[in-house]
Amino acid sequence: MSSTAIDTAHGHHGEHRQGFIAWCLRWITTTNHKEIGTLYLVFSLLMLFVGGAMAMLIRLELFQPGMQFLQPQFFNSMTTLHALVMLFGMIMPAFAGFANWMIPLMIGAPDMALPRLNNWSFWLLPVGTGLLLITLFLPGGAPAGGWTMYPPLMLQTADAFPFAIFAVHVLGVSSILAAINIIVTIMNLRAPGMALLKMPMFVWAWLITAYLLVVAMPVLAGAVTMLLTDRFFGTSFFSAAGGGDPVLFQHIFWFFGHPEVYIIILPAFGIISEVIPTFSRKPLFGYAAMVYATASIAFLSMVVWAHHMFTAGMPLAGQLFFMLSTMIIAVPTGVKIFNWTATMWRGSLTFETPMLYALAFLFLFTIGGFSGLMLAIVPADIQYHDTYFVVAHFHYVLVPGALFGAFAGAYYWLPKWTGHMYDEKLGKLHFWLTAIFTNVTFFPQHFLGLAGMPRRIPDYAPQFADFNALSSIGAFGLGLSQLLFVYIVIKCVRGGEKATAQVWDNPAGLEWTVPSPAPLHTFDEPPVVK
Amino acid sequence: MTNRTRVFAPVLAVLALSIAGPAWSDFEMNMPVGVTSTSREVYFLHMMTLWICVAIGAVVYTAMVVAIVKFRKSKGAVPAKFTHNSTIEVVWTVIPAVILVAMAIPAAEGLIRMEDTRGSDVTIKVTGLQWRWHYDYIDEGVQFFSTLDRESNAARRVGSGVDPKTVDNYLLAVDNEVVVPVDAKVRLLVTGADVVHAWWVPELAVKKDAVPGFINETWFTADTEGTYRGQCAELCGMDHGFMPIVVRVVSRDEYDTWLGSRRERVSALTP
Repeated sequence: MSSTAIDTAHGHHGEHRQGFIAWCLRWITTTNHKEIGTLYLVFSLLMLFVGGAMAMLIRLELFQPGMQFLQPQFFNSMTTLHALVMLFGMIMPAFAGFANWMIPLMIGAPDMALPRLNNWSFWLLPVGTGLLLITLFLPGGAPAGGWTMYPPLMLQTADAFPFAIFAVHVLGVSSILAAINIIVTIMNLRAPGMALLKMPMFVWAWLITAYLLVVAMPVLAGAVTMLLTDRFFGTSFFSAAGGGDPVLFQHIFWFFGHPEVYIIILPAFGIISEVIPTFSRKPLFGYAAMVYATASIAFLSMVVWAHHMFTAGMPLAGQLFFMLSTMIIAVPTGVKIFNWTATMWRGSLTFETPMLYALAFLFLFTIGGFSGLMLAIVPADIQYHDTYFVVAHFHYVLVPGALFGAFAGAYYWLPKWTGHMYDEKLGKLHFWLTAIFTNVTFFPQHFLGLAGMPRRIPDYAPQFADFNALSSIGAFGLGLSQLLFVYIVIKCVRGGEKATAQVWDNPAGLEWTVPSPAPLHTFDEPPVVK
Repeated sequence: MTNRTRVFAPVLAVLALSIAGPAWSDFEMNMPVGVTSTSREVYFLHMMTLWICVAIGAVVYTAMVVAIVKFRKSKGAVPAKFTHNSTIEVVWTVIPAVILVAMAIPAAEGLIRMEDTRGSDVTIKVTGLQWRWHYDYIDEGVQFFSTLDRESNAARRVGSGVDPKTVDNYLLAVDNEVVVPVDAKVRLLVTGADVVHAWWVPELAVKKDAVPGFINETWFTADTEGTYRGQCAELCGMDHGFMPIVVRVVSRDEYDTWLGSRRERVSALTP
């Protein structure tokens, strides 16, 4: 569609502007869930490279001991922006893209319930991300107080401060609106006969995620607004000199921040729950248990926040409570891992790229789960806290967890989106490169943390040199490998073997009953689910 | 070396030698056992949790690998139809819960001991500033700042041209070290002057945030003389990576001599 518009424009010089403007306007004003889904996914892929480039700079500076390339302040800006871009610009929009594309197709709805709101939720995203990235060019540099924005340090940010706060607000509004839309869609537009407990697991995961977003994002907005008034309007929410408390911010931030972790991982859980049954040729094991486990995880995620703050100073009773609540999360998470394994048990497995990513997710997310359990043990957390052990832990949850989940979903549904099969050989190559380099990058970071390397430092003592060099080499490989993904996607959009409506071997779900590529409008007449 | 290091070290060493050509001794992979009762307890809890994870991992990964190897379509596997099994679902919910409770008990006991700051012999007020530490031996009339040492500070500038490996204890040496007596319970009152910092020495298993306007308490009793190095562990701005902590644990006599010399320096400066 886009290529035809451009071709015509080249042929007739006079129509160039008109054709191009028409093309832009169409994408700017679209209210179609599939087009908005595509916008989300393309934007997310772009941000993967923006955030990735920042990670490359971080790993370049950390390749060897000594300061070679970056000034310390700029290094801190890179760690801060890398996190914000990857979380708010890349992984959350990626899953919002999956939600837009797939939820209406999976529940037999013609579109999202609130199409114009949908358009706005997307277009707020480049605005928010743009505000954030503009700070790189402001006097005093980009925010450098970490993505956690702890005061008083965050209040020392130069001109970038109000930009960063406003960016967080805009990104938050975008997420809340998307979440409301998803809740309304799932609650109201399900095809006749699709009871809640008949919904695909991906839809369940997103429904729960959307509620988490509605609960958590306003809390973040409140926290950063208090930062704003502390800085400009003479309040002292977080200043002890005025009767406030810097640790209060940490409590509020993590009341958002921990649910945020699950906002990021639950949609990935949903995708994995679609992919594993398809390639095991066997229904998901323990569907009801999966739903309850996901809901329990979401609930528990709201009562564990202070496990990020065990060194901040907390009463003994508080520490014990947050240790226990954190450990309990291991139970429903374990249930999910066991159920996915049981789904494969006595199945008939094939190993196409989506399945490979799902399997890597199972193996490697479990490592992140184990290190999470270790971090829950408060006395040991005192040693792990704010070291590279934590960096390793959350990257194991976010990269082989969330990102591999997104890759699994992308390969799984690309044929449905484009009407072409992706290049399976290249897909597998992309998988192996990504899986190997992910481990080379992040596994040594466990050792660095245990041996005593704090996180967020631009330079380190020479005894940490070797694992850092290894980790940097892994990171460069991981970054470069993603260019292959772009190539695979472009190749798949442009052509390739025609995909059937079913694409895979008899997969479950309404999305496989519509042709590939899915036409712009589907389910004008609702299907009936038995 | 622990068992785990014995297993993994050679593999990783070969991997890394081929790219970096480093010194073998640099591959420190585990938490230090440390020199305090707390640090040993923490080390024990860390290893206990690790081994429990390894054991659970062995079971779970075995099941996954067996499923992947055995139930392949290419080997003619025919999919079963089952969708749930209440017995096994209850079992794999209850067993992890029991394991967690078993882990929580020693962890809670350890935590209670770590929080008990009563009966200290020495009290030091530690203040984090951008970007150095201030120590106040409040019963002794001794106080001083502790800053990254000159040699490291010169070498760590961008484009300094100094190879960090030629600097002794690069980034982990200070001008004025904290000196404490061996086998004495040292209570730390930790606070911040500007932003939040964190005072961390791994071998003492002490990490406490230095929050402006608030005082956090913690303690350690070192039972081995020696020099122990740590760093600020909470992002505190530009030079967060350049405000190390050095604690020298000495005999009681040496400690008293040190206190005396410190007091003399203070009186020499005061008119």
